[in-house]
Amino acid sequence: MHLHKYEKVWIVFGLASLVLFLLIIGFAAFWKGTHPQSHIETIDPQNVEANESFQPDNLGLTEVADGKYVVNMVASAFNYDFGTEEDGTATKTIRVPKGSTVLFQVTSKDVVHGFQVAGTNVNMMVEPGHISRFESVMKNDGEFTVVCNEYCGIGHHLMFGTVEVY
Amino acid sequence: MELFNFSKKESRLYMAFMHVTFISLLVGGLMGLLQTLVRSGKYTLPFNIDYYTILTTHGVILGLVLTTFFIVGFQFSLMGKTVGISDKQLMWGWISFWVMLVGTVLSAWMILTGEASVLYTFYTPLRAHPIFYIGLTLVIVGSWIAAFTNFRQLYVWKKAHKGEKSPLLAFMVVINMIMWFVATLGVAYSVIVLILPWSLGYVATVNVLLTRTLFWYFGHPLVYFWLLPAYMAWYAIIPKIIGGKLFSDPLARLAFILLLMFSIPVGFHHQLTEPGIDPTWKFIQVVLTFMVVIPSLMTAFSLFATFEITGRRKGYKSLFGWFKKLPWKDVRFLAPFVGMVAFIPGGAGGIINASHQVNSLVHNTIWITGHFHLTVATTVILTFFGIAYWLIPHLTGRRLTPSLNKLGIIQTFIWAIGMTIMSTSMHIQGLIGGPRRSAFSEYAGGDQVSTWISYQMWQAVGGIILFVGILLMFYIFIQLAFFAPRGYEEYPIAEEEVDAEKSPKILENWYIWIGITIALILFAYTIPMIDIIKHSPPGSIPFDWPIGRS
Repeated sequence: MHLHKYEKVWIVFGLASLVLFLLIIGFAAFWKGTHPQSHIETIDPQNVEANESFQPDNLGLTEVADGKYVVNMVASAFNYDFGTEEDGTATKTIRVPKGSTVLFQVTSKDVVHGFQVAGTNVNMMVEPGHISRFESVMKNDGEFTVVCNEYCGIGHHLMFGTVEVY
Repeated sequence: MELFNFSKKESRLYMAFMHVTFISLLVGGLMGLLQTLVRSGKYTLPFNIDYYTILTTHGVILGLVLTTFFIVGFQFSLMGKTVGISDKQLMWGWISFWVMLVGTVLSAWMILTGEASVLYTFYTPLRAHPIFYIGLTLVIVGSWIAAFTNFRQLYVWKKAHKGEKSPLLAFMVVINMIMWFVATLGVAYSVIVLILPWSLGYVATVNVLLTRTLFWYFGHPLVYFWLLPAYMAWYAIIPKIIGGKLFSDPLARLAFILLLMFSIPVGFHHQLTEPGIDPTWKFIQVVLTFMVVIPSLMTAFSLFATFEITGRRKGYKSLFGWFKKLPWKDVRFLAPFVGMVAFIPGGAGGIINASHQVNSLVHNTIWITGHFHLTVATTVILTFFGIAYWLIPHLTGRRLTPSLNKLGIIQTFIWAIGMTIMSTSMHIQGLIGGPRRSAFSEYAGGDQVSTWISYQMWQAVGGIILFVGILLMFYIFIQLAFFAPRGYEEYPIAEEEVDAEKSPKILENWYIWIGITIALILFAYTIPMIDIIKHSPPGSIPFDWPIGRS
């Protein structure tokens, strides 16, 4: 099949850009390890407490090493359970110092939810039966709104939390 | 090239699809307007109507009903024009129409009574009323009847024209319907085998990840099912409208074959932030996704080549002088052209969405909504409007009068302005984290959220302008269908150059192309599917109350 000369140039240029682009994201993924979240770790959605991370006492923020934190959360329609404060009220805000490394771990007790710390790269689907994880360095200070960004029912827009980096 | 003239009863079938299309535009568009108003924070829906009910209506009516009816109807007309339709095939055309319509009505009934506020993605374990799923199944089955009727039409023609190559547009229709059939098998299996029995209570639990994966196995080809009819018009109809010839028959066929092969095995790029799929397989599907760049670049080249060749033949010699010679005052050209322009930022946004890691910045933010309002709601829909300006008068035996042409041009501008405002503000709001598919909310009320709300105001401005555009388009449709002066409107199909090269026979070897497509699908999905089933968690019980069902 005959191809016009300019068309060949155009396709070669397009293909070369494509290959370069794929090499860059492939390099970032396989050498730098920046895959999107995927852990293929399952859990019983009707009994999330069987997993240590999601027992009521372990929910919320824990400092695991100097400057390293883990946040465990259970999502359900229409709430993120961040555990409770010392006085027994529900925790609404997670506070971490600037520059800390935070591992967010979340699972769902009922339907599909989203977990996004708006304004950062922390963005995951949260599905019943699976554990979602994403580790991020909180480089900027400020108040970040956590939004459920996957439709989970008629109270979907009322499901949120706050991460404060100080 | 011999073209068939439509009989009255033939035209009536194609028009039936058009009527449903434009009624859907009006209903779905109204829902879209209401959504942008609610999200501005200044308006509350009356009569206790839930935001998510209108959101579901908007998505299903515009994303599934309008597009499928228009495409099936338009493709029937293309087949009728190029290879003809027998009385028996005509009857099957009507059966497909009625099955699709009954399905639409059943689903709409459930959505409007609040029994199916599950959005058009109907993710489990949210459970809609079983009739909603039955309705969706019927829409798909109806489109299959149309697909097999189209296959039969080409087969009959080929038998009568031994050794000849098939008409280009008939070839393109068959490619699109093969892709659609292969893709919808996934969602049909999901709905009939997994979701329906679970929704009826015969099965206790459902595998959420499996249903999502099967949905997206269909969900990406779905967007190409919308786009390919627009490509058909760009390749084979626009050249005629601007007074030119087909750029290259074999090139157009090759582009369609590549789109068939690379449209299906790519669904994981919609699931990049999912916890249950192996990242390596996600990456493989990302690579396959980007292969559609090749036919897209080919399409862009051949379009502009047609424009330039045609302009130069009319005597313009300078480097870009030919550009002026294009028929800018002809809405049949202008509307699709604006659509092509929107496809440049639209396609660039698509590359971002499908990227392995960059996706996590925009995943499920309202950026995505902005993206498909550029690609589908501008590129595809403006091309469909461009088709409607000649197709409807051709079918009804009327004319596109100069005043209707002018109204069409105004409509195109209104659409372009409204969509630019709405889509741009959606893209920006998405980049700073604003979620999609949410009713108005001030969340915790911080600085972040107040910037989101300012963009939501702009979306409402865009939404209002777009609704004016929809009303105008509906008016034009009614005029063209019932009131425009009687006359003859051309069905523009471009011809090949006299000295055009022959298309290689291999381009029509269906065994090879369907075979490669299936091989690619098996490669991209077999191991991940085994993974998903082998490592599946305990299934999910149904949830009715979160969507407002008691």
